[in-house]
Amino acid sequence: MGVVTPEIVQRVARLARLQLEGQALAQMAAQLDEILEYMQQLQAVPTDQVEPTSHVVPLANVLRKDERGVSLPPETVLAMAPAAHPPFVKVPKVIDA
Amino acid sequence: MDYEAVIGLEVHLQLATESKLFCGCPTKFGAPPNSQTCPVCLGLPGVLPVLNEQTVDWGVRVACALNATIGQIMKFDRKQYFYPDLPKSYQISQYDQPLAQHGHLDIVVDGQPKRIGIRRIHLEEDAGKLLHEASATESFVDFNRTGVPLLEIVTEPDLRSADAAYQYLTELKAILEYLDVSTCNMEEGSLRCDTNISLRPPKATTLGSRVEVKNLNSFRAVKLALEYEATRQAAALDGGEPLPQETRLWNAKAQRTEPLRSKEEASDYRYFPEPDLVPFTLEAALVERLRQALPELPAQRRSRLQSAYQLSAYDAQVLTQSRVLADLFEGALRCGASPKPAANWIMGELLAYLNAKGLEPSAVKLRPEWLAHLVELIAQGTLSGPMAKAVFLQMVERGLDPVQIVAEGRLAQIVDPGALERIAEEVVQANLKSVADYRSGKVNAFTYLMGQAMKRSQGKANPQQMAELLKRTLHNDGGPTP
Amino acid sequence: MAGGELASKTIHELRALIDAGTISPQELLDDLLTRLAQLNPSLGAYIDIAPERLRRQLREEFSADRRGLLWGIPITIKDNICIAGEETTCASRILRGFRPPYDATVIERLRRAGAFLIPRANMDEFAFGSSTENSAWLITRNPWAPDRVPGGSSGGCASAVAGDLAIAALGSDTGGSIRQPASFCGVVGLKPTYGRVSRYGLVAFASSLDQIGPIAKDVTDCAMVLSAIAGHDARDSTSAPVEVPDYVGQLGGSVKGLRLGVPELPREGLNDEVERAIAQAVTVFEGLGLEVEPVQLPNIGKSVAAYYIIATAEASSNLARYDGVQYGFRAAVHRPPSTVHSELMEMYLRTRTEGFGAEAKRRILLGSYVLSHGYYDAYYLKGMKVRTLIKRDFDEAFRRCDVLLMPTSPTPAFRLREKVDDPLQMYLSDIYTISANLAGIPAVSLPCAFSGEGLPIGMQLLAAPFREDVLLRTAYAYEQATKWHLRAPQVRGER
Repeated sequence: MGVVTPEIVQRVARLARLQLEGQALAQMAAQLDEILEYMQQLQAVPTDQVEPTSHVVPLANVLRKDERGVSLPPETVLAMAPAAHPPFVKVPKVIDA
Repeated sequence: MDYEAVIGLEVHLQLATESKLFCGCPTKFGAPPNSQTCPVCLGLPGVLPVLNEQTVDWGVRVACALNATIGQIMKFDRKQYFYPDLPKSYQISQYDQPLAQHGHLDIVVDGQPKRIGIRRIHLEEDAGKLLHEASATESFVDFNRTGVPLLEIVTEPDLRSADAAYQYLTELKAILEYLDVSTCNMEEGSLRCDTNISLRPPKATTLGSRVEVKNLNSFRAVKLALEYEATRQAAALDGGEPLPQETRLWNAKAQRTEPLRSKEEASDYRYFPEPDLVPFTLEAALVERLRQALPELPAQRRSRLQSAYQLSAYDAQVLTQSRVLADLFEGALRCGASPKPAANWIMGELLAYLNAKGLEPSAVKLRPEWLAHLVELIAQGTLSGPMAKAVFLQMVERGLDPVQIVAEGRLAQIVDPGALERIAEEVVQANLKSVADYRSGKVNAFTYLMGQAMKRSQGKANPQQMAELLKRTLHNDGGPTP
Repeated sequence: MAGGELASKTIHELRALIDAGTISPQELLDDLLTRLAQLNPSLGAYIDIAPERLRRQLREEFSADRRGLLWGIPITIKDNICIAGEETTCASRILRGFRPPYDATVIERLRRAGAFLIPRANMDEFAFGSSTENSAWLITRNPWAPDRVPGGSSGGCASAVAGDLAIAALGSDTGGSIRQPASFCGVVGLKPTYGRVSRYGLVAFASSLDQIGPIAKDVTDCAMVLSAIAGHDARDSTSAPVEVPDYVGQLGGSVKGLRLGVPELPREGLNDEVERAIAQAVTVFEGLGLEVEPVQLPNIGKSVAAYYIIATAEASSNLARYDGVQYGFRAAVHRPPSTVHSELMEMYLRTRTEGFGAEAKRRILLGSYVLSHGYYDAYYLKGMKVRTLIKRDFDEAFRRCDVLLMPTSPTPAFRLREKVDDPLQMYLSDIYTISANLAGIPAVSLPCAFSGEGLPIGMQLLAAPFREDVLLRTAYAYEQATKWHLRAPQVRGER
């Protein structure tokens, strides 16, 4: 185990709303560990004066006019929902709202 | 021990643009649930955001009005967390390169001027609305509000009292109103406020445990919540009790703050640059153009009203609190009204009316020329005292020019001597005891008889004339003049 | 009529036949559907086919207006491109039953060009994979050998085009997902310059790397489809406002004097036959009059590491919206004891744990990890900086060359299940395709040889941003000189 342990993976899983336990967790942790170790080779690449690229296309200032578009009919929105209580989408109770 | 309160405020302002931040859906409040959404603001698979240029312009205007430095480059970032009202499970916000930073707003606290630093101003999208009351086991989601543009304005922790916080919010709201970028309505949620407070011993330089308070529905609630927290935290510190860093909710019914019921999950927002949006360069020329085009702001208007119309600082403050009131005042002046009476009507009757009904100034459709006409009618003697107030009320409630109200005939002041004489005769005939009292020297009896006369005339008699004629009638009937 | 006579033709051949009135779009569709019915059960190129509905759609909705480069031509669509009203699942359980209420921009453009759409080409779930084995629904086989993968993630598209179950297809490419399956299946696959084709309506994997592109039987067809879909889109902020050249018209242009760069590459896992095939291709290019020279791409060896940091980070974020709240799959939950966590939390956990496959979970976890507090600088920020270096390498190479040549994949198609248990090995097989996505440059794969076992070997050409014209012209010249594209597989089950 170099980089991640099952405990770390479980914490990250929680962040991502995934549940992993037992054998599945151990196997995933081992695979992630191997992959992350491989990624660590980047540490050796000198990047001191290098700017990060977050956009590979040199565009800036893409804007649109403040104009109305077309909205969806409420029926369409509710039809997509796994559970609805028209006119709302329904979810289990949210505490502390 | 007397502690020093260190307070910060975070205001979220909905921009009243025609369309949302990243899509063409409307931003209007009060539409039927889930009727103002589209694939983009619903976060359907495959959709992409495109920035609304008006939100940038308006954001720059607010930043200029708050004396902030506009970033040369601004970009957007994803703030990631799971919540049912957040369709993409991330909010497009701004992290390290926001719209503006390092601004300030000047207020007056206990008669002393104080400068409140504004740490940052940035754009972000709003989330939907969750409704909870209807069921114990379920919550309901309305996505209309997702994607509505928000401007987040964060202060430095420069505030030192609940009152100062209230002053800051009042002045900020006035400025935002003047800029006409939002409906600034806490009830509707177009202006929202969270606060944070920590206490420390006087002269200390480090900060104490910070408590954040949410669920504040009015400026008053902010003030009360901060007062409550200051007391609570002081008691805890005095008693040597632990004071955890936490988020609490204001319970308006119980008038206290309460800890969150759910265990707070450590939030790791995993910010990273939004790959679907390219960066924005805010040209100095554009910023300057927007700055030049700023309207006169409350502070400037205050000074101008004081010097131009010899208003007191207090009067100027009250009148400029809302741009609607300030516009009404100056509009009335332009229509010929004098400053003092115009100011008095606004600060007196109008504000009393608004407060009693719980209305914002913009809720009342009062035209400046009407106010000017009212002042004129009073100056002419056509209206007086209670009748003028009655006309004012009609003006506000029916939305009519007072000249028109008076012309309807029902509220015309009676100045015809014959009519007044008749009233005086009737009053005397109907109140013989009082007349006798008056003639035997009781001055109060006259007051009573005047009251009767005014009543009989439905308040329309011109009081001075009525008094004169009543006296004459009383004496004409014989009897000694007291 | 036995299925396949018309289905085996190219777009440009069918264009001529339709325009001449020799065949009708209905006949073409019938022929294709006959072949599909016959062969899809064994190939698994499509998740689902509804032949009667498709025939009816063609009858009822198709306009007789003959304008449009692709009029009457069926184009197969990968299951991650939104078609209004069509089930679009990205081969994932978590989107089972999801029907988008809108068309992707490329779909609108295909319709405007007169094309007829055949949805639901199989893929790796959410485009995570290089073999199409990660589909929640079925595996797809390589038409050249049924025990081999078709490549991924656009394996359904490539398999269909190669097996004549499609005339041409639209796939997506984030790290090689068009080019590698094209290579494994012996067809042409092009990843456009980032920003050349609108991403609006492409279910996002990695937003700064994704592009939609054509998979077709030859370079001409590829150019035709690209012309129909390329161009600026106001709904995509990353879409480039760059003119679209006449790709088709320029295909036959001279390639004499073009400078062909051959980079020195990492050679781990590089199959001998692939290496020889590239060397032979160099000879062909020399014969065509190109000037060949070696170039250096010093940081290319770091591309897999940089890519998987950036791509998984973006993917973990893009997939967070699949939470069971307002569309897609929501797991049925029993209320857990309140001491464990809330019912809402249970809903999130169950929905995403049941809804996502193993590879999707792996990438979500990787991505969440590299973005999480304390690790951002070491991984994501570092990855973005290395990306800059890789892009610079290509900028430098294109100052000296017009086109670069390299293998598409280190090997021909591997066997089914060969790499499923070794994710890192699977990732490393993308070594040659990934860097084009990181640099945002266009790249095309086309067949250049066959292995001893009769499996296609693809070569990859790369060009500078928005130089698809040079890319296609060069590819066309090679294709016309070598005719690899005329070989077709004998698909098992074919009569």
